[in-house]
Amino acid sequence: MSDKGAPSSGRPGRVRVASGQGFWGDDLEAPVRQIEGGQIDYLMLDYLAEVTMSIMQKQRSRDPRAGYARDFVALMERILPACIERGIRVVTNAGGVSPEECARAVAEAGRRVGAGGGARIGVVTGDDLMDRLDDLASAGHPLAHMETGEPLASVRDRVRSANLYLGARPIVRALEGDATVVVTGRSTDTALTYAPLVHEFGWSWGDWDRLASGIVAGHINECGAQASGGNCSAEWWSIPDLSEVGFPIVEASPDGSFVVTKHSGSGGAVSLRTVKEQILYEMGDPSIYITPDATADFTTIRLEEDGSDRVRVHGVRGAPPTDYLKVSVAYGAGYKAVGTLVYAWPDAAAKARAGARVLRERMDRLGLAFDQVLVELVGWDSTHGHLAGHPPPDIPEVQLRVGVRGGDRAAVERFTREIAPLVLTGPPSVTGFSGGRPRVQEIVAYWPALIERTAVEPKVSVEVREL
Amino acid sequence: MSGRGEMVEVSLLELAHARSGDKGDTANVGLIVYDEEDYDIIVKQVTPEQVKHHFKDMIRGEVERFRLDNLCAVNFLLHGALDGGGTVSLKTDAQGKVLSTALLRMKVEVPREVAGRVRGRGRLPTGTAGEGG
Repeated sequence: MSDKGAPSSGRPGRVRVASGQGFWGDDLEAPVRQIEGGQIDYLMLDYLAEVTMSIMQKQRSRDPRAGYARDFVALMERILPACIERGIRVVTNAGGVSPEECARAVAEAGRRVGAGGGARIGVVTGDDLMDRLDDLASAGHPLAHMETGEPLASVRDRVRSANLYLGARPIVRALEGDATVVVTGRSTDTALTYAPLVHEFGWSWGDWDRLASGIVAGHINECGAQASGGNCSAEWWSIPDLSEVGFPIVEASPDGSFVVTKHSGSGGAVSLRTVKEQILYEMGDPSIYITPDATADFTTIRLEEDGSDRVRVHGVRGAPPTDYLKVSVAYGAGYKAVGTLVYAWPDAAAKARAGARVLRERMDRLGLAFDQVLVELVGWDSTHGHLAGHPPPDIPEVQLRVGVRGGDRAAVERFTREIAPLVLTGPPSVTGFSGGRPRVQEIVAYWPALIERTAVEPKVSVEVREL
Repeated sequence: MSGRGEMVEVSLLELAHARSGDKGDTANVGLIVYDEEDYDIIVKQVTPEQVKHHFKDMIRGEVERFRLDNLCAVNFLLHGALDGGGTVSLKTDAQGKVLSTALLRMKVEVPREVAGRVRGRGRLPTGTAGEGG
């Protein structure tokens, strides 16, 4: 599987796990560059964010054969023959809410390009709790909201999807079953990177420090190029060739330490700065980063430069996981719409604000009630709020952006018809209404909860079959 | 050592770089000093209270701070910063992606020699290629 093998144990001396996608919609060429740019052992592809599951759920409700990242199937059609030939294994959560359908589509794609020859695909299921919510509730699992403490029962009739976050164990089982491709639903992003390490190095499930080190490796890998020069705020202008940015590669050793690097000759940069920024991304309390397999203490991480575009990570300490698994529930939470218009010099910001006032007065007169109305001036205060200060009278242009949110779809719908009239009935020098009426969007909100492992883990299943 | 040298104001942008992201309605901002010797300035002056004061009505909830002395970095949690967050939020920056730079606007006081060392950092140097198209 890997180079520098240690023949006595049959275990590799080093394993390279390459990151190929950081979210659903990421650079489609990145995984291809990871395959072609140099030697790797594993390709991990993270497609899921908190909101992604509910989008996939919506797609599945329209088409029972949908509900996964179709991009992944197209990608496998391109790279599967090369992966099989070179012994590169692929681990992904592209399965979304339909891992079985995803695996089927990958197998079909594999046949189309003549891949096969005994290659196997592993499918992890059992994270989907949608059909078991009422059973779980009556068995005394309230799935209370992690922040508000409210029981799920209060939004039960509006639940659109409910998925467990699974850890690395089912992926490791699939790898033990010789799967070249492992497709999961809602696995933790980090598990996609450290499951291969557990499998290759034979780490024990009680080796908290090594598992924690793997979790840190996974956190660094899971957002793709954000660890290798993308979105880096430290002297961004000095980071070379982002158009062919090399996604990160974790080069791990049996003791858990690893080097973050990228293929030589690729764009971007791997430095203390890029790695630190990614370590802190979406961080809560850094001393307790909880996963289903272990808890990692990010305040124990040691970083060192290890040559050009190489950062060594070691010293990570871990602790046991909790008795709970996280559940991600998506539920319908009303409607929203956002409308925009562009106002030009002179006094662009004052005109935009006057336009917003006219709009609000009309909505009040129509008796439209919303939970929230938000007015932003894009080009002035939409990202830094009051910190932007007062706009100068000579500002060349601003975009007025008005959003409304509420439970009454008809009110939100009526709002969308009140934007265009402002062009002829409001303050002057206004344009930019070319996209038609704003779209009413149903809000599918995120409800994080915890559940005892014992209630759900037995239903997790792993199947490995020939492609 | 200059002893009780004169203190001058610099912006956090000159001392640190930052990345922000979201978890529900909470935004996090990770703040990382460029030079380890400046870490103490951040620890002493960029407190949760000061950060809350900096953002004012942009944050409805509390501000928490966690130190990562190992990385010379601090992590802030800004609760109630995202108008409900994720798919609920009406904000342009619903996921708090650029709250990092909003924090970097904050001013801190440093000895004059530190200001001399860091002045202008974080901004595109004039005449660099990055200014072109």
